[in-house]
Amino acid sequence: MSRWEKSVPISTVGVVARPEPVAPARAPAARQRKWPDLRRWLSPIGLVLLWQVASSTGVLPPDKLASPVTVFRSAYELVVDGQLVDAFLVSSSRVAVGFAIGAVVGGALGLVSGLSRWGERLLDPPVQMLRTLPHLGLIPLFILWFGIGEEPKLALVAAGVAFPLYLNLHAGIRQTDPALLEAARVLGYTRFERVAHVVLPSAVPQTLVGLRIALGTAWLSLIVGEQINADAGIGYLINNAREFLRTDIVVVGLLVYALLGLTTDALVRALERRVLRWRAR
Amino acid sequence: MAGAVRIRGLVKDFGSRRVLSGLDLDVSGGEFVALLGRSGCGKSTLLRILAGLDPDVEGTFEVPERVSVAFQQPRLLPWRRVWRNVSLGLRGVDGRAVAERALAEVRLAGHADAWPLTLSGGEAQRVSLARALVREPELLLLDEPFGALDALTRLAMHHLVEQLWREHRPAVLFVTHDVDEALLLADRVVVMDEGRIVAEHRVDLPRPRRRAAFADLRSRVLSNLGVDDVEAA
Repeated sequence: MSRWEKSVPISTVGVVARPEPVAPARAPAARQRKWPDLRRWLSPIGLVLLWQVASSTGVLPPDKLASPVTVFRSAYELVVDGQLVDAFLVSSSRVAVGFAIGAVVGGALGLVSGLSRWGERLLDPPVQMLRTLPHLGLIPLFILWFGIGEEPKLALVAAGVAFPLYLNLHAGIRQTDPALLEAARVLGYTRFERVAHVVLPSAVPQTLVGLRIALGTAWLSLIVGEQINADAGIGYLINNAREFLRTDIVVVGLLVYALLGLTTDALVRALERRVLRWRAR
Repeated sequence: MAGAVRIRGLVKDFGSRRVLSGLDLDVSGGEFVALLGRSGCGKSTLLRILAGLDPDVEGTFEVPERVSVAFQQPRLLPWRRVWRNVSLGLRGVDGRAVAERALAEVRLAGHADAWPLTLSGGEAQRVSLARALVREPELLLLDEPFGALDALTRLAMHHLVEQLWREHRPAVLFVTHDVDEALLLADRVVVMDEGRIVAEHRVDLPRPRRRAAFADLRSRVLSNLGVDDVEAA
C-alpha cells in the first residue's frame, strides 16, 4: 500500500494522527457524545510544567529551547506587531493556491480515468509510476524549472495534493457497487443520471479520505517548500529566527503550522459529517 | 389483453455450462406467473435476460416497452432520500408528488424524506416495490423479493403485492423457491429444471387464498421439484 492510499489520517507534520475508525454503514447505537476525559490532560500539562521548570533552573538553555512562558510572550508580541499575521496570510495563501491547482489537476485526472476505460488505460500507468517518486525529493528539479520564487513552493504543494486526490477519487469511482449500477440501468437512468446519482456519490467517502490526506500533505509540502529562499511566510519567520538563535520564535512558528493543519483537518471532518449524513447513525 | 411476454427457444450459456436450453414461455397481459425451481435452474438468469441485463442469448423473446424489476436486495441508493429513490429516472412528471403517491400505496407515506439506511429490510423492500410500480410497468419482474425478509414481514408483503397487482394489473413474473408463496399469489405456477420448463399448473382458486385450499396442488408442485410432501403423506 502506498503512503498516499487510504491509510490513516495524517496530521500536518506528517505524523500519524490518532486513527479514526471509519463509521460503519449501520452504526449499532446512537453516537455517544461524552464529556472529554479530563484526566487525559494530566500528562501534557505535566510535561509543559517540567519544560518550564527545566528552563527556569537553567537546565534547558534558551538558545536550545526557549521556555513556554517566553514562547507565549513572543507569540503575543508577534501577533501585536503584525508579523505573525502577515506570515500566516502568506503561508495560508500558498497552501490555498497550491491546493487549488493540485485539486483541479488530481480531480480532473481522477474523473477521466475513473469514468472512462480509455482514460484509465492512458492516464493510470504514468500517474501510478510518478506517484512512486517521493515528491519532496523533487525540490532540486523544481528549483531548476521554476527558480527560487513562489512557483516551486506552489508546485510542491500542488504535487502533494494531486496524487492522493487522484488515487482515492479513482479508487472510489471504481468501487461503485455493480448491483446499484444494474438497478439504475433497469430503471432507465441515462448515462448522466448513472454518473450523477450512482457513481459519483458512491465515490464521495473515499474521495474525502483522499482530501484529508491531501491537506496533510499540502501543509507538509509547504513547510519543506518554505525552506527554499523564503522572504515571507511562516517558514521565513522560522529561518530568520534561527539565525538569531530565537528558539522562542521557532517554536511559535511550529505551533502555528500545527494549528493550521488541525484547523483544515477539522474543516474536512465537518464537511464529511455534512456530506455523509445519509449514513445511518 | 395482448401477450406480455413471448419466449421461444431461449438458450443461454455461461462458458461451457448451458443455463437455459431452449426455453418457451408465454405470459399474457395482467397475468401473475410464479417461476419455481431449485437454485441453479436458470430462473434468475431468465429474469435478468427479460430485464435486458444480459443481451448475449440465442432464441427470441418479446417483452413490453415498460418493464420494471424488484430485486432480492432492495438496491436503493443510500445517498438519495427515499422519495428521490422512487422518482429518479422518471421523466416529465413531478417526481415528488408521484413518489409520495407511490409511497402511500406501499404504506410508507411518512417516509418520503428518510434516508434508505434508516429503513428496516421490509420497508426498504417496499420502497423498491414503489420504485418499480411508479414506472407503470406492463411487465413486473420480481426476483425473490421476499427472500431476505423475516417470516412475518413476508406475510404482510404477500398481501401488499397481491393488492398492488390487482390495482395496477401488470403482467408479473415472480421468481421464488417458496411453493406456498407461489400458490398464494400466482394465476399460474411454472416449474423450471435444467434450463427449461418441466411442469405448469393453473391455480384456479378464489383470492385471497388460504393455504388449506391448495394442499393437493402443493404436493404436486413439490413432486415436480423432486421433493416428497411430508404433510400430504
